[in-house]
Amino acid sequence: MSLRLEPRLKPSRAAVFLSPLGAVAATLIVGAVVFTLLGYDGLGAVRQIFLAPLTSVHRWQDLLVKAAPLAIIALGLSIGFRANVWNIGAEGQYVVGGLAGTGIALATLDLTGFWILPAMILAGLAGGMAYAAIPALLRVKLGVSEILSSLMLNYVAIQLLYYLMRGPWRDPMGFGFPQSALFSLDQTLPIVVPRTLIHLGIPLALALALLVWFVMARTIAGFQVRLLGLSPHAARYGGFRENRVVFLCLAIGGAFAGLAGILEAAGPFGQMVPSFPTGYGFTAIIVAFLGRLQPVGIVLASLVLALTYVGGESAQTMIGLPAAAIGVFQAMLLFFLLASDILIRYRPRWHARAAA
Amino acid sequence: MSPEFAVAVVFAVVMSATPILIAALGELVVEKSGVLNLGVEGMMLIGAVTGFIVTVSTGSPWLGALAALVCGAAVSLIFGYLTLSLTANQVATGLALTIFGTGVSALLGASFVGMTTSTLGAVFPRALSADPIWRVLFGYSPLVYFSFFLTFAVWYFLKHTRGGLILRAVGENDASAHSIGYPVLRVRYLAVLFGGAMAGLAGSFYSLVLTPMWAERLTSGRGWIAIALVVFAAWRPGRLLVGAYLFGAVITLELQAKAAGWSGLAPEFLTSLPYLMTILVLALISGRKLSARTAAPACLGKPFRATA
Repeated sequence: MSLRLEPRLKPSRAAVFLSPLGAVAATLIVGAVVFTLLGYDGLGAVRQIFLAPLTSVHRWQDLLVKAAPLAIIALGLSIGFRANVWNIGAEGQYVVGGLAGTGIALATLDLTGFWILPAMILAGLAGGMAYAAIPALLRVKLGVSEILSSLMLNYVAIQLLYYLMRGPWRDPMGFGFPQSALFSLDQTLPIVVPRTLIHLGIPLALALALLVWFVMARTIAGFQVRLLGLSPHAARYGGFRENRVVFLCLAIGGAFAGLAGILEAAGPFGQMVPSFPTGYGFTAIIVAFLGRLQPVGIVLASLVLALTYVGGESAQTMIGLPAAAIGVFQAMLLFFLLASDILIRYRPRWHARAAA
Repeated sequence: MSPEFAVAVVFAVVMSATPILIAALGELVVEKSGVLNLGVEGMMLIGAVTGFIVTVSTGSPWLGALAALVCGAAVSLIFGYLTLSLTANQVATGLALTIFGTGVSALLGASFVGMTTSTLGAVFPRALSADPIWRVLFGYSPLVYFSFFLTFAVWYFLKHTRGGLILRAVGENDASAHSIGYPVLRVRYLAVLFGGAMAGLAGSFYSLVLTPMWAERLTSGRGWIAIALVVFAAWRPGRLLVGAYLFGAVITLELQAKAAGWSGLAPEFLTSLPYLMTILVLALISGRKLSARTAAPACLGKPFRATA
């Protein structure tokens, strides 16, 4: 007997929804085995990372706070991914968005007014979008692969952050630490549920998911994006301006990442610090895939990946699991997801071995 | 400029160019077979950490380099299995491999941070390698001489051997290659393994020759520059050599300017230079006219599954 894969006549809808669940399950099992082999408490690691955060009310708040930026970035990326536009630069766009908003905050430190926070958020959006416009223009005007250019810009953005923190934007009252001044009350995100950590960014992420769902499923623009991804030839034949769709996909991805950046700076951080880049830009790629590039899926997937951050932190203190373990779990999750996706198009069948 | 200083500059350029060249030659072969593996950075990090660990444990940098090569190839098999056997998306799988390599290398290397070890230094007799002038010819790690040999070997293989012809056929038109009986998947598996081995070896250059030590993310994005170089070189080994040395020169400029305490430019700007230059170079070459000889392999990045 041998296992063979036979093409399906139509993609399996069951596999589309079940493969993310299978990938999560496989990651838990293989993760426990691998970390045990490496000499850690493997089962304990899985329990700390994936179950412990779910059992306490306080950790639930943490989970939502970590999930919001992941969901926002992934929503933006998913639009591009559906059109085969590979924006790998969300991390840089997130940083530049945060920096742009911080620029407004530092300029208005002595002022008060309800308009300051919206101005910061707009600056964050614009900053991320402008940073994404660089690879977008290079792709549209010159045909430069957005994969490489957007990725290179991540490294540049982080250096820009270091430069501003050590130099022009360093807080003179910061006891020599390279960090910006603390944001004022008018510059920080309001808490929407009193006496919790739930800030404005969380309902905003949900609203954006709804907006993206509406645009992608119900508008011509969304149809163009989907068609470009499924069949570029048909899209061109249909008279769509491919370049415009590509540019918009990157710009929207950048705007979302920039928004997530300023929401983090004005929310949990309350200032700009050199440790601002947290890898959300890369993790959001996994979120987008695990969520099947669909808004509802992305919201759920962002909670799963937020677990690895929240649980990963407690696993560090509780069982001494290194921080790098989080990345290993995240990569395994993506590996298993991509592997199980073959079941969407192929059906496994047992064959009697043909007589030689 | 004194001859000693000129030698030091050339030496530094060669040292910074070598790992990028080795990794890029591996990726060039992979792409020529029609596969886009964006996991170079991850495979380099795996090579860097395993090379270091094996060298610390055995005392032999040669064994370390060998281990880096083997481990680089081993992790490339994950990519190969997912993209070739299971036809997973190559861009996403390559990214996953880089995230994986970054995490695994940090995990494995956690207890080795800050250690030092014997290095894979000069191979020629001390009298030659230590001389301030002759150093420019004889003072390098064996991996440097290997990188020149590898450039020639990859060029010769692709251009003048039957195996190279089959590899290019598979990359240009997998369906036709399959129909005349070439084993498309086997060729691609071998190419991916070779790319992984070279990326791993290139990674070990950082931890065994350049630094030599282990720190998280030791390769600092050079794997991505190697991928960009393949595009810059229009998939030709000779141009890859030129490109790698161009980058070696920029990285040397960065290090020299920092060492000299140049106050005109912020050190953060200097660190950004190689990445900015990669973007600039990609933009400059994009306008050129593509011929059959300088265009990307036609099947690059597309999954292949035999229908019959």
